[in-house]
Amino acid sequence: MIAVLDLGIGNLQSVVWAFERLGALARLSRGEGLDEAEGIVLPGVGHFGAAAERAAQLGLAPRLRGLAHEVPLLGICLGMQLLFERSEEGGEGLALLPGDVVRLAAPGLPLPHTGWNDVEALPGGFLQGAGDGEAYFVHGYVAQPRNPAIVAAWTSYGERFPAAVSQGRVHGVQFHPERSGAYGRAVLLRFLEEVAQCSRSSRPSISREGTSCA
Amino acid sequence: MLKRRIIPCLDVAADVVVKGVRFADLRLLGDPAELAHRYEDQGADEIVLLDITASREGRTPNPLVVERVARRLGIPLTVGGGLRDAAAIGAVLAAGADKVSLNSPALRRPGLVAEASRRFGAQAVVLAVDVRREGGGYRVYAAGGSLRTPWLLDAWLPTAQSLGAGEILLTSIDRDGTRQGYDLEALRLASGLVSLPIIASGGAALPRHLAEALAVPGVTGALLAGVLHDGPWTVGAMRQELRSLGVDVRAAV
Repeated sequence: MIAVLDLGIGNLQSVVWAFERLGALARLSRGEGLDEAEGIVLPGVGHFGAAAERAAQLGLAPRLRGLAHEVPLLGICLGMQLLFERSEEGGEGLALLPGDVVRLAAPGLPLPHTGWNDVEALPGGFLQGAGDGEAYFVHGYVAQPRNPAIVAAWTSYGERFPAAVSQGRVHGVQFHPERSGAYGRAVLLRFLEEVAQCSRSSRPSISREGTSCA
Repeated sequence: MLKRRIIPCLDVAADVVVKGVRFADLRLLGDPAELAHRYEDQGADEIVLLDITASREGRTPNPLVVERVARRLGIPLTVGGGLRDAAAIGAVLAAGADKVSLNSPALRRPGLVAEASRRFGAQAVVLAVDVRREGGGYRVYAAGGSLRTPWLLDAWLPTAQSLGAGEILLTSIDRDGTRQGYDLEALRLASGLVSLPIIASGGAALPRHLAEALAVPGVTGALLAGVLHDGPWTVGAMRQELRSLGVDVRAAV
């Protein structure tokens, strides 16, 4: 079962339906059932500060930090930004990944960055199975990881920014796979593959590198 | 590079898709979920669903219809029609819409745009603006084109941007359903007024019409209805023609 965290913002149902269309069972969670979940998704659109506040009320940071070595976690859009430490939009993140969230500087271009754009997946990264593609973005802020090695894919809009990040079992995509057609389905399948791999091994050992669930 | 978007629009009334000319003479076209799914398969970049009688009938879009459309859709969905408060907007988003389109209620109470933007984020707020050419400028109309407002486009768009709108859907009432092409002058004016993404609407029939509109800086999407519903175009055929005209549209579907 995939737990889709409900921070009371945005369109969560479309994420649940996207997993359902792939034959996976997904449920909305306000923090309950996380320990049993085989995969956790942190979706979200909206304001960083409001989402961060809600996450703090639910005590998500310590719980996710505890689970992050065992259970694959996928942050989507604002959910990816929440994985970092803080945002210029205001608020403290979950600090599962080192780095900040900063305003997208796209001089002369319409903002927010809205629409389909190229995703350039890095070899060996989280999106390797899905490859390069075109995905749907809606955002005005971007992640700035302290360690560039966690970037799994890039996109450009005025400047180059991470389209996907990945460290161990913690993954994030700045675009919306649930609204990115066939490419989005490929990205969610990539996540589900990791979920299947991890749940089969029933999390017996904790890999600090998080490269394997066995 | 950001792709230019081809956006089929489904005008619904009483839960079925309809098509009018100059916002009148409605004809029935079919089930919104079926049509939305068909257009996604053809390679649509987004779907817009507008309940065009909701505002004047004092209703909001039927959440069951929104859910039926959204559940099957793997691309973004914008829903509009009669959304006059945060609760109504929240209900449509909860039913599976990614964005709402605000029109008449925002003109009556501009604070609605700010409220929606604050609660749900600017990315969820599309401001739909219906204009008619008047003298040397453009007059904003409400209630499906039937009500002349005190607003001129020059004043309304910057106001909406400062209130927190995330996108502008600009419809020319003069061109709606006429197949004469988008009102490029209105689009150029709008693109000089705001830095938001603009979607062109009203009057498209040919790939050339889309290419011309999408060449205007800031215009990143083109709305299509009649030429898809009645033919002769599919989204896929339109996309191919646009590519051959050098427009940067999505390659893979």
